[in-house]
Amino acid sequence: MTPSNPQLTAIKAALFLACLLPAGLLWQGFEADSLGANPIEAITRSLGEWTLRFLLITLAVTPLRKYTGWHWIVRLRRTLGLFAFAYGVAHLMSYVWLDQFFDWPAIAKDILKRPFITVGFAALVLMIPLAATSSNFAIRRLGGRKWQSLHRAIYPIAMLGCLHFWWLVKKDITEPLVYSVILAALLGVRMWWREQERRRQLAGAYLPQTPKFKGKVIKIFSE
Amino acid sequence: TAFGPLAASPLSTTETPTSRRAVTTYNNFYELGTDKSDPAENIHRLKPSPWTLRIEGLVNKPRSLGIDELLKLVPPEERIYRMRCVEGWSMVIPWVGIPLGSLLKLVEPQGSAKYVEFVSHYDRATMTRGVLDWPYTEGLRLDEARHPLTILAVGLYGEVLPVQNGAPVRLVVPWKYGFKGAKSLVAIRFVERQPVTAWMKAGPSEYGFYANVNPDVDHPRWSQATERRIGEFTKRKTLMLNGYSDQVGSLYAGMDLRRFY
Repeated sequence: MTPSNPQLTAIKAALFLACLLPAGLLWQGFEADSLGANPIEAITRSLGEWTLRFLLITLAVTPLRKYTGWHWIVRLRRTLGLFAFAYGVAHLMSYVWLDQFFDWPAIAKDILKRPFITVGFAALVLMIPLAATSSNFAIRRLGGRKWQSLHRAIYPIAMLGCLHFWWLVKKDITEPLVYSVILAALLGVRMWWREQERRRQLAGAYLPQTPKFKGKVIKIFSE
Repeated sequence: TAFGPLAASPLSTTETPTSRRAVTTYNNFYELGTDKSDPAENIHRLKPSPWTLRIEGLVNKPRSLGIDELLKLVPPEERIYRMRCVEGWSMVIPWVGIPLGSLLKLVEPQGSAKYVEFVSHYDRATMTRGVLDWPYTEGLRLDEARHPLTILAVGLYGEVLPVQNGAPVRLVVPWKYGFKGAKSLVAIRFVERQPVTAWMKAGPSEYGFYANVNPDVDHPRWSQATERRIGEFTKRKTLMLNGYSDQVGSLYAGMDLRRFY
């Protein structure tokens, strides 16, 4: 099934609204004072978890496309990736503004001294060039191949995100473990494809194609 | 089941107590779940009555007693204390409790008793498995246990202690991080050697025996310089020994608190 262009526009609009939903619910929870006794912690944590979730959803697009044949879903990937970045920025903002209240010396100390904040901050910084090159213009300008290798940075970004969560929790690592296992599956399937491709090439899948020569072909024996 | 009129204590703070709702819905009680909201939702997993508290080890008069007996031995009083969690938040809680020192006198610790070990209730069938090496244990030096600020809490806000706060009886040591306050105690044991606590076992590089509130000694993963008082927006500076330096500072005279964290 391939949606028509107007259908795709509608799907994109619905996706955009769906991606805004977690932020909307958080805002509503804050207004209604239903985020528990420590709403600031709840907001910061929720925004961080949604960053990680959007990263994983973005990484799930390619496997989903391959296994379902829905090639059009790749056209939703940019929205998902940009929302991962937006939630990441909001997560950082809630830390800088709500949690630390712009105490820059304390923030600088945290980024340098606390390994979990260092890796979280690094992950967000690495997302900046990806967000900045998400336009069609940037893709054309960089060229598909270069753009693609740059955007593979999402793999280390997602790994740093999981590590950030892992190091943050005091003892019960169940939740970071769930994210890490999903990430491992999403990256593992890519490694597996690569391995399959390598084997295919080794098995000579491309050899029967006629080699192309430049210049003259000299006959070495006659019929 | 209120306690009736309780004697006020000069050891109480005059600061405004944190809302009862926050005190009873934002809890670290891993046996009942690791999210802050879990314990209040899982109170059915712990039955606080009937209850037996064993006082054992190096004492002349070991005994097992129920909560009513305990309250007959030492009358409860109100103690409004600051509580600082190692995670960087704090509350002001109006506890109902008995001074642990009064109870210690009655059981007569022997000369060889140097430390007190506290053991929490654990039921594998109903409580969290894994995470920590259960049962939860904590420890104090004998002089810390005897200090007038140290109490066994049996209530808060004038009511019987809710399950999520460690019913029916828990330790409260206001100048130490909250995790020192072992909940739902089944044993208080007098020992010669410094006990290894549940958190020391779980993360020896992160948790020491003393766990005194100290803004100058950071937890490896977060700063301890400031804290958020639940219900407030901006953070406040954390005070040395949680603001109880005048009363307990002498317990640590000459000790390097960076080393003995």
